[in-house]
Amino acid sequence: MSEQVMALPRKRVGVPLAQTTWFRVLRYTLVRGITLFITVIIGVYLTVLIANMGGYVDEIRKGEIRENVAIQVMNDPALRALSPDAKRQLIEERVRIEERRLGLDQPFLIRSVRFLENALTLRLGFAQLMNSNSGSRQVRLILLERLPATLLLMGVSNLLIFFLSLFLALILSRQYGSFWDRVFVVLSPTSSAPGWFYGLFLILIFAAWLRILPFGDLVDAPPPENPLLYALSVAKHLVLPVSALVISSIFLSVYSWRTFFLIYSSEDYVELAKAKGLSGRAIERRYILRPTLPTIVTNFLLTVISLWTGAPILETVFNWPGLGRALYQAVGLFDVPVIVGSTVIFAYLLAITVFLLDIIYAILDPRVRVGA
Amino acid sequence: MQALKDALREIRRYPSAIAGLLVVILLVIFSIYVVITIPYQEAITLWRGGEGMWRNLPRTVPPAWINTFRSQKLPETIALDSRKGAAERQEKPLGEGKVITLLYTFDYQADDFPREINIFFETSFKDRSPFASITWYTPDGREIAIADTGLSAGSSSYRFAQDDKLLRRIRRQIGEVPVEVGLFVAPNPGENPRPLKGTYQVKVQITAFDPETQVDAELVVYGKVHGIAGTDHLRRDLKIALLWGAPVALAFGLLAAAGTTITTMIIAAIGVWFSGVVDSIIQRITEVVMMLPLLPILIMVGTFYSRSIWVILGVTILLSIFGSGIKTYRAVFMQVRESPYVEAAQAYGAGDWRIIFRYLVPRIVPMLIPNLVTMIPTYVFLEASLAVLGLGDPQLPTWGKVIQDAVAHGAAYKGFYYWILEPAFLLMITGLGFAMLGFSLDRIFNPRLREM
Repeated sequence: MSEQVMALPRKRVGVPLAQTTWFRVLRYTLVRGITLFITVIIGVYLTVLIANMGGYVDEIRKGEIRENVAIQVMNDPALRALSPDAKRQLIEERVRIEERRLGLDQPFLIRSVRFLENALTLRLGFAQLMNSNSGSRQVRLILLERLPATLLLMGVSNLLIFFLSLFLALILSRQYGSFWDRVFVVLSPTSSAPGWFYGLFLILIFAAWLRILPFGDLVDAPPPENPLLYALSVAKHLVLPVSALVISSIFLSVYSWRTFFLIYSSEDYVELAKAKGLSGRAIERRYILRPTLPTIVTNFLLTVISLWTGAPILETVFNWPGLGRALYQAVGLFDVPVIVGSTVIFAYLLAITVFLLDIIYAILDPRVRVGA
Repeated sequence: MQALKDALREIRRYPSAIAGLLVVILLVIFSIYVVITIPYQEAITLWRGGEGMWRNLPRTVPPAWINTFRSQKLPETIALDSRKGAAERQEKPLGEGKVITLLYTFDYQADDFPREINIFFETSFKDRSPFASITWYTPDGREIAIADTGLSAGSSSYRFAQDDKLLRRIRRQIGEVPVEVGLFVAPNPGENPRPLKGTYQVKVQITAFDPETQVDAELVVYGKVHGIAGTDHLRRDLKIALLWGAPVALAFGLLAAAGTTITTMIIAAIGVWFSGVVDSIIQRITEVVMMLPLLPILIMVGTFYSRSIWVILGVTILLSIFGSGIKTYRAVFMQVRESPYVEAAQAYGAGDWRIIFRYLVPRIVPMLIPNLVTMIPTYVFLEASLAVLGLGDPQLPTWGKVIQDAVAHGAAYKGFYYWILEPAFLLMITGLGFAMLGFSLDRIFNPRLREM
């Protein structure tokens, strides 16, 4: 309230509106960005705590040190003449010095802050068993290599869910109580099942039974060389996982968004617009869709969070070579650095998604712009 | 009480609520029945019993009732144990030892070949191990020599499909077919080999070198269907897991949903009542927790500490206490806080905690119940999700673990559809039952939405 009061005189003395608006949007975005970054820090710290209670983070770091030292000693021409025993001794000695230098003999509280810093800057150490496709042992490379596949899958499904739900919800709100409206109301409980669950059925129907779509994976094997054919192949492989995600959230989204539309279309100003004789389309766009959008974005945010949560399993079921599948493989191989690394990356991804939606929210919601 | 009665009357107007309630009641009865008939410990022993426990069951076969929908009937398992008198036994002395003859007779009427054939021996003797020769008699009077094999002390087995000599003999006499096909196939099979229906006999003649020798043998002709649920890759009867999955899913879903919604509500009430610093701390924590990657954290707990379903349950509740529900409850508590009866309570001198627990919390119960019911499927599926990732409880059989086994062994690819469909169907029924009930309850208890 007070900010609004302050804002009024400013407008009066002739400060351009756009300037203050953008300043507010920027400030809101900045505050949200900082909040989200704090969230990431807490999430990663929690990860460090959970992983370290079993001493695993120490193991990661020590393994990394040992590997580096061993490579150094083995590749040093000056040391080639040493006997294997002497080399081993030298390695042990250097490992001890290095561990001291990195403070691995310090109390946990100090160390945990250092782990946190490493994790936040994505220095994730070396994998114990897994390799990236290029053969690297670095967890960061293993995970970054998987990132595009996950982003493709999640990006396509999120966009599809958002626009499809918006479109369907608008149509249904126009024909409240019709057959299709009731179908969506009745089917809304189906959204309690996660995407991978519908994925199982889709695989059974379209891959195993009808044999018209692939069981999983990103592209055909061997991958087509022509970029166009490659894209087509990826698109074909995308159909089932994306459909699974869409099916798992569309009914609830459409149902609740259509309810938002109905709530906003019973406002007095909509009645007034009708009385003024505005066209149905104009009313819908300016008087119903516009004020409902912030609510919808907030609602969509929760959907997106739950979609991200389910990603590892969906990727596992569809054999999709993304981050989630890396996490699944790491669990199977008990590759601790990769598990911790994936959790960190997931925390980042979730925060970035939420941040993007927050920016959209800030632009959409007039309350942010006028600073109410 | 009156409110509850009204609610029940209201429920009757919603078909989906009735359906949901029916499913829930059936599930509860079913779970109680399961827990009573197959106690916890027994279920674990059965599920983790290993090969010995399920020796007589075929691997990865669909349930027996699919035969009802097939014109070509699949065979069921035939197990004949000489200890149970399923074989004609003759003993004749021979020199210092004796000859034991076990003759197994069975009728084979299925339209498909069996999956495999094994004989399990139980032997005891003094110095020299006895010797068994096995002969196969087909209904049309052919005689096929199967094998001559020495029997070691204790349990031993003869597996038809693993005998290379037998396979070579079958190839010479009958053609390029697996052993179990070769022994059952009708003569001159042509393009589409069919089994010969009729009475088969298997003779096991054991030559023993001392009179104290004891031999018992069980002939198992494995079918291609089993029981009401089928079997998995370890020959285990899926029935056990499908039955026990119900109480596990219900317990996990109910406890997790109740644990999270109730604590969330109490925290929201505390925040609203004390307001100020307490409220804003709770709000900030909620914003942070809402965005934590729940599943990866659970995966870490499962990997590093314990895969026990109860540990996972505890961590889930801990991480969901400050969930998104707090925002919703907070909005309602803000209104309740201003009501006159709360003011009255303050006026007569009620303490903070008394007001929170006796005045604020009860007011929100109608909103809590639908939320709680709607949350149950989320947690049922969460448990299944973890199991599918290979982080299921190491001991208990659950639906999720069956799905995981199926997915990991390429059930969809190899055509074992029943293996995925059965647990998935049960999960769906459970999830939909609770979700339908919850959604209808929400509309009943929160009529603002119903008007829309």
